[in-house]
This record gives sequence, structure tokens and C-alpha cells, in this order.
Amino acid sequence: MSDIIRLTAAELSAKLASGEVSSVEATRAHLDRIAAVDGDVHAFLHVSDHALDVAADIDRRRADGERLGELAGVPLAVKDVLVTTDMPSTSGSRILEGFLSPYDATPVARSRAAGLVPLGKTNMDEFAMGSSTEHSAYGPTHNPWDLDRIPGGSGGGSAAAVAAFEAPLALGSDTGGSIRQPAHVTGTVGVKPTYGGVSRYGSIALASSLDQVGPVARTVLDAALLHDVIGGHDPHDATSLEQDWPSFAAAAREGANGQALKGLRVGVIRELPDTGFQTGVAESFRASLALLEAQGAEIVEISAPHFEYGVAAYYLILPAEASSNLAKFDSVRFGLRVDVPGGTVEDVMARSRDVGFGDEVKRRIILGTYALSAGYYDAYYGSAQKVRTLIQRDFDNAFAEVDVIATPSAPTTAFRLGEQLDDPLQMYLNDVTTIPVNLAGVPGISIPSGLAAEDGLPVGIQFIAPAREDARLYRVGAALEALLVDSWGGPLLDRAPVLGANGGAR
Amino acid sequence: MAKAALMDFDKALELYEPVLGFEVHVELNTETKMFSAAANPANEKNHGATPNTLVAPVDMGLPGSLPVVNETAVRYSISLGLALGCQIAPSSRFARKNYFYPDLGKNYQISQYDEPIAFEGQVEVELEGGDIVTVPIERAHMEEDAGKLTHVGGSTGRIQGAEYSLVDYNRAGVPLVEIVTKPIFGAEHRAPELAAAYVRAIRDIVIGLGISEARMERGNLRCDANVSIRPRGQEKLGTRTETKNVNSMRSVERAVRYEIQRQAAILSAGGTITQETRHWHEDTGTTSPGRPKSDADDYRYFPEPDLLPVAPSVELIESLRAALPEPPAVRRRRLNAEWGFADIDFQGVVNAGLLNEVEATVAAGAAPAAARKWWMSEISRIANAEGVEPSSLVSPASVAALQQLVDNGTLTDKLARQVLEGVIAGEGTPQEVVDARGLAVVSDDGALIAAIDEALAAQPDVLEKIRDGKVQAAGAVIGAVMKAMKGQADAARVRELVLERAAG
Repeated sequence: MSDIIRLTAAELSAKLASGEVSSVEATRAHLDRIAAVDGDVHAFLHVSDHALDVAADIDRRRADGERLGELAGVPLAVKDVLVTTDMPSTSGSRILEGFLSPYDATPVARSRAAGLVPLGKTNMDEFAMGSSTEHSAYGPTHNPWDLDRIPGGSGGGSAAAVAAFEAPLALGSDTGGSIRQPAHVTGTVGVKPTYGGVSRYGSIALASSLDQVGPVARTVLDAALLHDVIGGHDPHDATSLEQDWPSFAAAAREGANGQALKGLRVGVIRELPDTGFQTGVAESFRASLALLEAQGAEIVEISAPHFEYGVAAYYLILPAEASSNLAKFDSVRFGLRVDVPGGTVEDVMARSRDVGFGDEVKRRIILGTYALSAGYYDAYYGSAQKVRTLIQRDFDNAFAEVDVIATPSAPTTAFRLGEQLDDPLQMYLNDVTTIPVNLAGVPGISIPSGLAAEDGLPVGIQFIAPAREDARLYRVGAALEALLVDSWGGPLLDRAPVLGANGGAR
Repeated sequence: MAKAALMDFDKALELYEPVLGFEVHVELNTETKMFSAAANPANEKNHGATPNTLVAPVDMGLPGSLPVVNETAVRYSISLGLALGCQIAPSSRFARKNYFYPDLGKNYQISQYDEPIAFEGQVEVELEGGDIVTVPIERAHMEEDAGKLTHVGGSTGRIQGAEYSLVDYNRAGVPLVEIVTKPIFGAEHRAPELAAAYVRAIRDIVIGLGISEARMERGNLRCDANVSIRPRGQEKLGTRTETKNVNSMRSVERAVRYEIQRQAAILSAGGTITQETRHWHEDTGTTSPGRPKSDADDYRYFPEPDLLPVAPSVELIESLRAALPEPPAVRRRRLNAEWGFADIDFQGVVNAGLLNEVEATVAAGAAPAAARKWWMSEISRIANAEGVEPSSLVSPASVAALQQLVDNGTLTDKLARQVLEGVIAGEGTPQEVVDARGLAVVSDDGALIAAIDEALAAQPDVLEKIRDGKVQAAGAVIGAVMKAMKGQADAARVRELVLERAAG
């Protein structure tokens, strides 16, 4: 394996800046890696055929003395939920097979403008509905730690690509945990920014009031560097916040070097059930808390009594919004069209949607349509919105007492492919600690906290901060990351099995 | 289609009371669309664009696209709400109205549902003869227009029976304000007339505000007319129908009349009215049933999560209120009082659409009666003959200047008409035309007396006749003098001089 692919984005960008490595070399190394291992991992739905041209252009511009962004020349994987002009965008669905967008999603456009080199589009649960990437219309992604296991979802492709050293950075989207839960099960870092912190323009909408695009990386600093590139106000997104954000990379560097943990008040939620969390997950979480405490942080028990209703409220709000957002996929203007000879336009729409959508998508469209129906609206959608307000209030109250809240990022380590596929409710519970963060619109980060003793699989810890305080997450995340990496004697991913060595687990 | 039985209109009104309601859609003429930066085809300069060329991703419902509210459209909507006497909501939300139809790229329409930007107003509508009816306004809300479907093949031009349909998304996302009235009672026999007058009132308001091209034939202004009737003495409202596709004021009037007559025929025969949408057919002057409409229609409305609430500041609302033009009905009343015309004359000016021109001519110094006369007679006649708008021929300032020349005796009415022709032909200001053509009245008595002497020499018996009391005999001399002077004489002065000669 080439050394280039083991570099963090920060390390690689330093070598690019010094001229030690060219972007073409870095891009070729990652394309070679994809060619070598993606047959097993299946992180990518599409690999760019012109990434090397883009890289060469960056190298030329650098040689010309142009001032480039810190991440210029660094390869990037892009979740297929983000539309791109030069690569198909399917959102993991058959209904969008081969769809080429006439415009780039804002996070993609900003990445390109910063000189990042898009390598390809990553696999995901269809329309981001799922926690395992098994609901992709194009087959599942495999967890690089154990190819028989799920990489999380919906953004399993982005997390697996980064964990498998196929890309140093990736873009993800997180509606209920789709960045953070995959980070948890793949030993990577994922951030769900404050709602409105990153533009949603060009992110194929799942649930508009919950969706947020964010960075996927192997280190906190790398995630922060990417967040700095993609974040900030976008006039194309009316819900994007108009404010100046601090440098998240600066916050991460400060956290790794300084005294970020001294006097930090870390909230743990009293009402989070003891049951339902795998032993190794709970142990790793407690060990991280102890580490924080040892560095001068104060662990404070806080009450969030409505946290437990988050999943129920989420599975009314999300399907309701999704049922409307997905109505545009009707075969009239783009996407799959299945003709019905002699049929009406309604017949063609219905047939195309029947063939083009998978079961989980249909399940949620039906749920959402029902929840919004006249006579049921108040009981379902209306009640769910009230719960959402209560959860927001829980967070407000908690943040009056603590600086950040910590939870395990997910209840279990990576489960086996197929294990929960026939049990949607069990699948939904994977996001029990991540969902309330989306409902409240606050930022959350998942960083690797260790391996579960019982199965040797990665576990993550989630930090949650008040809205607009994303920098705090990078500061705290980087501080804990530094302690943990020290304690492990190197990055957690160094302990992942060598891919390709077993002849391919598929 | 079978022709529906109709009851005689007067008979229908004897038995039933009509209750009206209107939903008027106004396309705003903003530069760009309601939720995208695409050029707005409802703005004059984009009219008639090639199909599907005025579109942005959100108008096509492309994956990942997001709406952004057009702030100019919001300001226009507030101004319209204020002009309708409405209250403006300090915060109002957009909602999604979900239904599948190929003219909607997203398969939902972004509209305001339970939180309109403007509510609780009234409009004064003037009927012929000057009677004022106050129409209560329930709400005015913002929304986006849908695309335009053209059904090809089949005989009716409707989707049923069509071989295929063409979709033009240029219109998708055009900013609309929908103005909804409360039920309108008491119009009685004048219900059809009120319908047309109401639409005219709305048109006058939006034109006055400059927020819409307001051309009904282009669909800038569209009226759905709700009509129900109830037996005299009955409290409960009858079942209503909603007639769509009425795109002229005359059609609105006819459609309301037709529905009253049709519904009366059904009820009197013991039948029941179906709550439905009906389509107006201009050619046959009838309505036909469209989609059945019931309260069970479920659009699954919910707050549009892609947009923030619209929360105009008090300062913005008050500045827009201060900038409102005088309401058309108030203005008409004021001008009528100022000018002192007979009602029929004033109404003539209003109906001819020449209120602005007459007002400007008066403002430029002409007497109201003279201003009216110029615009309503000579200028209208020429405009009519040439098939152009009167206002395109001559400016109010020129008309006032022309009248000034009449008032100071430089021109007779007849000469003034010649000067007008010169002005219209582009020969310059009225004074320039007078100078160039040498058209001024000869006011030198010496020249006139010479001409009179010459005429009297040809008709020596005239003075005798006048002295015998046959004053009308002077006419022959006056005529000869006017002819000799090529019309450039004041006939009244000539007459005076002739009579002086007879007396002397």
C-alpha cells in the first residue's frame, strides 16, 4: 500500500504545498487503491474518469505560483446524495440511474473551488433512508473492519471509503445520524454541523428540516479543514445561516495542543437507557469519560426527559417531509421512465415509481403520506413537531449547565449484513442518540473512542454542542482524539485488517 | 355536450338569491420568479419567450434544488394587501400543497395555506351609474404559478382524449397573489355586473400599483367565480360551483349569469347542485363540469421546510402603506367632484380608459370640459381609425397647449382640429404647427372689414334685409367672408362687424 494514502488530509496538503507530492501522484495513489480494494468494499458507485486531469490542473496552477487553498490537490469522495455536473447522481436509487445534474451542489462547488479533487460518488442507502447502506439500489457497501458487516448508513460509502484509505476526505449528509453512525462503526470521524451551517443546495433532499451536509474524515482536524471549505452562508439555501464562522481547523489545532478539557463541563444524559447499548460500546464510552475527567473535565449528569421520544417523532417528521420531497421523481422530466402502453401520465408516473423505488423508500413514503393526511395531521405530524420543540427545550436547558453533551454515537458496533434488514424498527433504533441532535438542529461529532472488547470492532463517542458552536466540537474532539491516539500508540485505523489480504471476503 | 336547461334570469332572481365569491389570481411582474432567479415571463419584457427557456432548477423540480423567496414579490404582495384594505401578518408561512400533476415540477405547489400574508380587507366596487358595492376580502396570499400544459390530439384540447401533452415550465414559479373574497350577498340582479366590476376593480388596483401587467388575455389576471343560489328566505347557503377559465371581464359577467340560470333550472326541477369545478367556454357561452371538488380533497398541506417565515418589519409595511397610490374608486369620486361632469360623461371617460389622460390634460391647464372633449371626440376618433391607443397619439401637455390657443382666440375649434392633426403627424408643438401652417385666426378688423365690403358688393341686398329685421341674412355674408379668409377668422367677430355695418 502506498504511503500517500495513509496520510491524513492535513499531512498530504503539507506535502502538496511543499512540492514533495503532486496532486496527480496523490490522486493516482487513491485511484489505484480504489481499483485494488473497492471490489471488496464497494464504497463507490462511480469513479471519476477525469480526476487526474483535475489534479494536473491543480499542480499546474500551483507551479504557476497561484495561491491555493490549504486542501488544494487533496482527493475527495462525494456522497451520491450531492448532485454533480460531471458524474451521475443517483442518491442510491434506481429511479435516478445515470442522472446528470446541470448544476453542482454548493458543497461540491466550494470543494472544487478550493482545489479538492473529486474521486467519485459514494454508495448510500437509497435516498439516505437507512443505517446500513444495505438499502442502496446498487448493492451494499462492506465495512473495511469486517467485510461481512455493515459500514453504517446512510453514508456507509463515504465512511468506508475513508476507513479503507480510498480517500482521505469525504462529503456526507446527516438527517438522523447518516454521517455519525457510519463514523462510529468504521472508526472514522464524522460531523453533523449546526442546521444551516452548510448549504443544502444540491443535496437531494430527504427531510429538509433535518438534512445537513458535513465532513467525513480520519481525524478531527481533517474534518475541520473540510468543514471550513464547505460551510458558510449560501444565497441558494434560505435556511442557511447568515453569520461569520470561526475557523474550525484553528479550533481543532487549538484543541489538540491546548488545555481545552480543563474545566470543560461535559453533560451525560440521565435518561439514556442502560439497556440497548452493547457492553463494549458502554465500556468505551465510560473509558472516554474517565479520560476527559482525568484531564480536568467535569462530568455532569443532565436531564433530557424527551430524548427518548426522538426516534418516534423523527419517524413521523422524516417520512412526512420525504413523501413530499420524493414526489418530484415522477419520470416526467428526468430519471427512470417505465412506459405503460396505452396508459395515462398517472399510470406512467405510478409504474415508474413502483419500479424505481425500493421497499424502504416506499415504506416511508406511505408512512409520511399517512401522517400528513387530513384528519391525522394533528395527531401525527403535529404531535411530532411538539415533541421536537420539547427536545429542543431539553437541549436548551442542558446547555445552560454544560458546555457539551456526550453520548455513545450508536448502541452497537457494526452488525452483520442482513442481520436487521427484515426488522425496520430495530434498524431505526441505531440512530437513537444521533436523531435528537438533528431534531434540535444542533451540531454533533462522532470520533473513534476505541474497540469493543467483545468483537474488536470500532466504537465512537458523540459530542453535542449548542447551535452555532461547532467550533467547540472540534476543540473538544481534537483534545480527546489526541489523548486516545496517544493511549493507543497510533490511530485506531492502524488496527484495521489489511484489505485484500484475505482474498476478498465477499 | 348537451346544452343545460336554463331558467330565465329574472325568473331565477325572483325565486333565488345569488351568492358570489371570487378567487382572483394576479401574476406579479417582478424581474424574476417567486422562488428562483429565472426571468419572469409575466414581466412584459419576457413575454412570449420560447417554451422552457425561462427556467431554473427549482422551476423544473430538479433534484437538490431549493426555493428562495423573491423579496420584491413579497413587497408587491404587501402593497396589494394594503390596497385591498387588508391587515398584513407580522409573520406568515409558506406551505406545500401536495398533488401529482405534470405541470408542477416538484409535484407540490408552494403556497400560503393557514397563514396568508394579508387578510380581512375590503374593496369598493363601482357599478354602472356610480353605485358602490363593498366586497369583503378574506385573504390575499402568495404562491407560485404552475407550468402550462398543451394537450395535443383529441378534439377538446383537454387532457382526456389527448394523444400527448406538451409542458412549458416557463410559467412554473411565476409569482402569484391569490385574492379570495368572503361570500358576497345582496348583489341580486346586478350579480353578473358586479362580477365584471370586481375584476375591473382589482385590475385597476394592480395597474395603479404597477405590480402586474394585468392582461387577462395573457392570464396575468385570472378569475374563478364561485356561484351559489338559495331559495328566497332560506338561511343556509346553496351548494356552490367554481367556474374557471374565465379570462375577460365580459366572460366573468356571462359566466355568473349562466351559472345562476343553470342552477335555478336544476333546483326548480327538484335537482341538486354538484359541488364541482366548471370550465367556461367562450365560444358557446356555457360552462361544463370539470373535476368534482369536495372538501375531501387532501393536499397534505404542511409548512414548507425549505423556507423561513416571511416576517416583514413594521417599517417596511408602513413605508409601503405611505407609498400607496390613491385607491382607484376614491380617485374617481374625487375627480368627478372636481370636474363637475354629468355622471354619464364621467363614466364615458372611465369606460374609455382615458381618466389618466384627461386628468393630466387638466393638470396642464385645460378646463376639464375641454380636456374631456378633446380626448373623447377628436383624439378617440383618430385613434379608432388608426387602431391605436389614444394616449399613443398625443401628450396631455400638447392637448392643453392646443386648448390654450383656442381659449386665447388664436384658433377656432375648426382650426384647432387641423393643428391637432399636425401635432399627431409630428410637425411639432401646437404653436409650431400654427406658425408653420399659418393657421392663426385673422384678428385684424381691417382685413375682415375689407373682406366684408367685398362680400357685400357681391350681395347688395343683404344690408337691406338685415335692416328689415331678417338678421339671419347675415349668414350668407359671414359664409363668404370665412371662405375668403380660408376659415382663419372668428365667425362671431365677422357677424358683429356685419351687424355694425347694417346698423351704421
